[in-house]
Amino acid sequence: MLEVASIKKGIVLDHITSGNGLKIFNKLMLDKVDYPVVLLMNVTSQEMGRKDIIKIENRIDIDLDFLGLIDHNITVNVIEDNKIVDKKKVRIPTRIKGLFSCHNPRCITNFDDYVEPDFHLISAENLEYKCGYCEEITKYKL
Amino acid sequence: MNNQPVRHLIEPEDFSIEEIDELVELGKKMYASPQEYAEVCKGKILATLFYEPSTRTKFSFEAAMLRLGGSILGFSDANTSSAAKGESIADTIRVMSAYADIAVMRHPKEGAPKLASHYSEIPIINGGDGGHQHPTQTLTDLLTISIYKGTLENLTVAFCGDLKFGRTVHSLIRTLARYRIKKFILISPEELTLPQSLKRQLLDTYSVELQEVRTIEEVIQDIDVLYMTRIQKERFFNEADYARLKDSYILNPEKIKQAKKDMIIMHPLPRVNEISYEMDQDKRAVYFEQAKLGVYIRMALITNLLGVKC
Repeated sequence: MLEVASIKKGIVLDHITSGNGLKIFNKLMLDKVDYPVVLLMNVTSQEMGRKDIIKIENRIDIDLDFLGLIDHNITVNVIEDNKIVDKKKVRIPTRIKGLFSCHNPRCITNFDDYVEPDFHLISAENLEYKCGYCEEITKYKL
Repeated sequence: MNNQPVRHLIEPEDFSIEEIDELVELGKKMYASPQEYAEVCKGKILATLFYEPSTRTKFSFEAAMLRLGGSILGFSDANTSSAAKGESIADTIRVMSAYADIAVMRHPKEGAPKLASHYSEIPIINGGDGGHQHPTQTLTDLLTISIYKGTLENLTVAFCGDLKFGRTVHSLIRTLARYRIKKFILISPEELTLPQSLKRQLLDTYSVELQEVRTIEEVIQDIDVLYMTRIQKERFFNEADYARLKDSYILNPEKIKQAKKDMIIMHPLPRVNEISYEMDQDKRAVYFEQAKLGVYIRMALITNLLGVKC
């Protein structure tokens, strides 16, 4: 069994769907940070068979909407003094502002720098979001 | 300054069916006796912010405001406004809010009037945004149907031509679905069918009956209202696609031989060649009257948004 030192303070992103770990690592730009980060892939899991895990030392703030969008299976464990002090289950966000762009090439959000794309969830199953400006449906893909 | 929230017309759903009915009724009264409303907007200014060319919509709004005794200012080409210098819509509209009492905006980008409404202190009217929405054309169309058919309910309405990019179709079909429309027939080439998102909304939210066909002839006998549209060059990314499809759906006397005697033929105009000139003599062709009615329904809308008592 692979052993990785536990963290004293920070967060652990657990139950990441196997194969998504590296994509999330890149999306969160964890390769650019100066604090310790660990990415574990294909870890055995009773519930999921295989899962990925990301441990981030010294950081406890994270955008749960963003995580919910990219993988709603994730559990966020907040660690302080070597103990889990909070456990958060992420959810697929019903409203998203600015995290991705509208796929409609004629949408104003792709032209006016002042406006932030604003989406409303219309299908959780397919991760489909309706643009609040042009009403086109954009399907989010990690 | 009063604290009433500013009301806009960005999409047809901004008005309830009851409110639309009231506007249509007021439009009919203004059409019947325009002189009674000749001064109700005296001292008020309408800003016309046209970021792309328009003849009918711009002039009908200007005519509407002038017939109400108000004044107009604005631009009809984005190159003559600060947009050419890269000014955001939010900044333009904040400034215009100080110069005018109400504004109508046409913009080639979809959602632009909605963005403007978020920063405006005066009512914003969507005068057409890309291939998205054109709610004042919808009001014009509703007034026309109401006058010629006597009702907006239980009709079979067919839309023909460019249903993909035709914003007038998108706005009207959504609104008619809120009335008890019996059935919609969608006549278009495969490349120009109604957007999937809108089709889904019509089926999921309004449970309407949709029939999709490729030719006018196969459904003409069932139609109460035939809404023709232009295949618009500016909505295509390349010339070849436009050239291939522009002549696909041309209405002529031959094609409507089997049509009902009381069917009406509507068109938001401008027409290019999708309705042959011979059709203009047919009593069922109401498109020029439809354009005329556009002024009166816009008069009704302006007074409504300004809170003017009529």
